[in-house]
Amino acid sequence: MNITKLTVHELQEKLASGELTSYDITKAYTDRIADKEKDVQAFVTDLSEEALKQASIMDEKIKAGEAKSKLSGIPIGIKDNICTKGIRTTCSSKMLENFIAPYNATVMEKINDEELINLGKLNMDEFAMGGSTEYSYFKKTRNPWNLNKVPGGSSGGSASAVAAELVPWALGTDTGGSIRQPSSFCGVVGLKPTYGLVSRYGVVAFASSLDQVGPITKDVTDCAMLLNIISGHDKRDTTSVDNGDKDYVKALKNDVKGLKIGVPKEYFGEGINPEVKEKLQEALEIYKELGATVEECTLDIADYALATYYIIACAEASSNLGRFDGIRYGYRTENFKNLKDIYRNSRSEGFGSEVKRRIILGTYVLSSGYYDAYYKKAQQVRTLVMQEFEKLFSKYDVLLTPTSPTVAFDIGSKSDNPLEMYLADICTVSVNIAGLPGISIPCGVDKEGMPIGMQLIGKHFGEETILNAAYTFEQKIKFRENYTPEFKGGAK
Amino acid sequence: MAKVGKEELLHIAKLSNLNLKEDEIDKYLLNLQDILNFANIVNNANVEGLNITIGFNQNENVFRKDEVVVFEDNEALLQNAPEKERNMFKIPKVIQ
Repeated sequence: MNITKLTVHELQEKLASGELTSYDITKAYTDRIADKEKDVQAFVTDLSEEALKQASIMDEKIKAGEAKSKLSGIPIGIKDNICTKGIRTTCSSKMLENFIAPYNATVMEKINDEELINLGKLNMDEFAMGGSTEYSYFKKTRNPWNLNKVPGGSSGGSASAVAAELVPWALGTDTGGSIRQPSSFCGVVGLKPTYGLVSRYGVVAFASSLDQVGPITKDVTDCAMLLNIISGHDKRDTTSVDNGDKDYVKALKNDVKGLKIGVPKEYFGEGINPEVKEKLQEALEIYKELGATVEECTLDIADYALATYYIIACAEASSNLGRFDGIRYGYRTENFKNLKDIYRNSRSEGFGSEVKRRIILGTYVLSSGYYDAYYKKAQQVRTLVMQEFEKLFSKYDVLLTPTSPTVAFDIGSKSDNPLEMYLADICTVSVNIAGLPGISIPCGVDKEGMPIGMQLIGKHFGEETILNAAYTFEQKIKFRENYTPEFKGGAK
Repeated sequence: MAKVGKEELLHIAKLSNLNLKEDEIDKYLLNLQDILNFANIVNNANVEGLNITIGFNQNENVFRKDEVVVFEDNEALLQNAPEKERNMFKIPKVIQ
């Protein structure tokens, strides 16, 4: 049996039947990490050794009937901007290279309550700012489908690790597409929940009104299972919402008859790669066959939403990142005479170029003279974007778009042109602006064998609907049975 | 459309508590202009009469009781301090 090929729901069955132990599963993953991590470079902190110890302890607990959950003893990988008590949380930044979180993020407490085993902290663009994971201070993660390509970002380590079977599932975060786009590039499933469904407490803030934690998994069932674990109101995050105790796995019906799918034509226009378009058209045909109604519609806000996103996200980032000053934690410069020097030199030396670029842009749009023209205008456009979505959701249950205009691009091909990198987020950012849930699932591969992702957008708290729509499609095309990453190419 | 000059960039960098090296100044000037040219399209949107949105569910205040929760693990907090003395964060002298 090839353990790392199995999904988490398959692992859980085998764990329950006694066919596999937590140690068997964890060892299969740590062996896989030892074999493949050198090619993929997904981890910032590898916790293999500790994970194996925990697995043995968990097996004792399971034997004694003391396991706390059905998932006790299953491993997981965690994006490195989620605070893990006693373990480095770096945000892939020199600024936090040695930062050891003094407490757990709420999502981490929930993971620990389920007795999942942390295999390690996963690489990302520095402070989640980027779409390729090339802006990590530590390393460039590679795409397991082709090692010369980026895994996407910013949760590139999480998506790449799941695709390469270095972890059975992972947590990512999504501010403008950072779960969905890398999931699309790596041929895995990624969900950005409705804003407020998952607590942000203990997640290093990038843009607080947009950030959400979500699952990156091998299939939709695992995605629903992980959402079950992490969702829920948290009094420590006032923006989190009490949405009742839902079992998202129960929403997976393998039936979309009567489902009304809207297809915004603007997301299939210029700038979308023809092969991506073709696969999406095929997907629409499949949905029709499955009994859904598919109708073209208009959502003419993509460009506005993207501009709005970069204004709002950078403005919030410039404020959120003000806390890094070299006093209480994080990097401190050696070059200072007074307090002001500590602030400025620590920040200038500790942040990478993309982070500084966004802080400057954010400070600019918030500064007097530009506040009304950019920031206030962007917040008004935000209202407009939400209204446009509301109009569509009065007619449709889900909206279907590409997750990204292209498949994964070559490492190094966009990292020198920030605007070009930003434009690649065109399909995902409007979902964050409006606080909606969005899921990316693979719908095929291009001629070179690179995965193509499809995005399903739901109403606020419409996770059940999009998960079921994704699940039904997945059962039909069986992507994982037909395609596997081959670790093509090699380090240049 | 605003044109960003070097002096303005340096002013913004100062507000951001960042120093910029010469090569960074040139690069950021170009990038910033590029991005702002693009971002300027928000000014084409018809938003007359529209309120601002801070976030999907953030337009209402959420209140809670003001209760003190003691975080007891001082050691874990202080272990991240770049410099400390007697259980306190250490900074250079502020008042001369």
